[in-house]
Amino acid sequence: MGMRKVAVVGAGMTRFVRRAQETPKELAWQAAKMALESCEMTLDDVGAVCMGTAPDSFDGVHMKAEYLSDGAGAWGKPYMRSYVGGGTGVFAPIQGWYHVASGMFDVALVVCEEKMSSFYPHAQAAFLTIFDHTTERPLKPNLLWIFALEMNRYMQTYGLSKEDIARVAVKNKRNAADHPCALLGDADITVEDVLNSEMLAWPVNRLDVSPVSDGAVALVLAAEHVAKRVTDKPVWFQGVGWNLDTAYWANRDLAYPRYVEYAARMAYEMAGIKEPRKEIHIVEPYDPFDYKECHHLEGLLLADRGQAPQLVADGVTLRDGNMPVCPSGGLLGVGNPIAAAGLMKVAELFWQLRGEAGARQVPGQPKRGLAQAWGDLMQVGTVVILGTNP
Amino acid sequence: MTSKIKEFSGTPLSEKDFEKGRILHRQDQLEAWYAWDTGVAIRTYLAALQEGVLLGGYCATCRKTVIPPRTVCEWCFRPMDEYVPLQDTGVINTYSLCYVTWDVKRIKEPEIPAVIDIDGASPLHGILHKLGEVSPDQVKIGMHVQAVWKPEDEREGAITDILYFKPIKEAKS
Repeated sequence: MGMRKVAVVGAGMTRFVRRAQETPKELAWQAAKMALESCEMTLDDVGAVCMGTAPDSFDGVHMKAEYLSDGAGAWGKPYMRSYVGGGTGVFAPIQGWYHVASGMFDVALVVCEEKMSSFYPHAQAAFLTIFDHTTERPLKPNLLWIFALEMNRYMQTYGLSKEDIARVAVKNKRNAADHPCALLGDADITVEDVLNSEMLAWPVNRLDVSPVSDGAVALVLAAEHVAKRVTDKPVWFQGVGWNLDTAYWANRDLAYPRYVEYAARMAYEMAGIKEPRKEIHIVEPYDPFDYKECHHLEGLLLADRGQAPQLVADGVTLRDGNMPVCPSGGLLGVGNPIAAAGLMKVAELFWQLRGEAGARQVPGQPKRGLAQAWGDLMQVGTVVILGTNP
Repeated sequence: MTSKIKEFSGTPLSEKDFEKGRILHRQDQLEAWYAWDTGVAIRTYLAALQEGVLLGGYCATCRKTVIPPRTVCEWCFRPMDEYVPLQDTGVINTYSLCYVTWDVKRIKEPEIPAVIDIDGASPLHGILHKLGEVSPDQVKIGMHVQAVWKPEDEREGAITDILYFKPIKEAKS
């Protein structure tokens, strides 16, 4: 297709906290500064800035990208915000990728920021407007409904128990105990802790859900000639994909995320991957709820339908298992500042593939990883595949 | 996070910092009022609800019956202007027992939201609504349910003209 090769050359992130003292701009700047310093670049080297941030309603600020622009280093540069709900954090680097792959820019800075804590009484209510205003909102829905409904359908379709699903939360929160930026890492958590946590909307308990959080993450993307100059360990974009399903969410199969499969197939084709289960060494699927990790592994064709919970039970998806899933700790453990959480997954691949992940390092020198996010009204899938080979 | 860096930015605060005024902050409440036009397809849907009918849309090309009706078929992008009356019965596709409100306050008796696949629509085509006249421990996926309508003179052409769906007591052979 005549596209240039693109590498991730730097990454930075803030701690994910329930409530940050820093403003959104300040968080964005901290992450962007750290990403640039990590590859010894300055803002002068950056050709364009890509911003990912989710609903304006969290902050009560209209045109959040413009509000965040100084913190993101966007002044005087081509600047654009992408927004596909929860899928944003993995879409923003795709946007950065095509900025560079197209030949328009040699270096793009990708910044994702989210501050959910400003919204009162609870960030959940900021999501109410995703329901149809005429046919759904008169029923006074809340956001938990759609997740609880989808989780129940998934469990029923494949005969899964709450315990099968709770193991995902346990694995991710334990993994997060090794992440210095994590909000909910817990090395000692058990399946019983998850099952006995407060019931929110059956089958969803408190510990099945990722926490509301504040935080920011940034990546520096560079074209091949720049990447090879600034680092001897560039991590290359091998495939990208994104796809959208119907907005009539009650008019489709809730047990299987078809849109994730379509996004994954697009990325696999671009990366030349024929057997994803053998060729993907690390997976960072989107896990705002524990069942979503299973759901997404199946959509990504990395598990048979209804079989992802068995992989968890068998230890295949542990950090030292055959197919490590969410070695970062995921959204369930590290936290879920929406757009920043998605980009955190791509950043985790970057650190893992460079062998810099410290206590979280996946053994065996992994060569390729996949990050995926999901959002809008449970209907968008975004996928990025990174690898050590261009 | 990379093991090369040990110190990270991001300073945690707690709710108490705000309650006790330990931190400078500003509060404001935004009010937003809207009046939404119902458009062509949903207007027809709502008018039918007022008559006690659940209306679907039919695409002759894709041979799909969807609910609620819409003006364009997503699959073939052709106009979808055929309305078909469906049953006011259906099958529970999925449900939840919800113990919290939209602002995360606890409630004792759970609300029971459900996706109900409407009889007469294509498979896995349903609507979001609530269940009633059923105890939470009796609800099952696959249960056959029927709409309980508001009295005719109280209907206003809204989704709430259906109060909830209740299980049908079937004489099953």
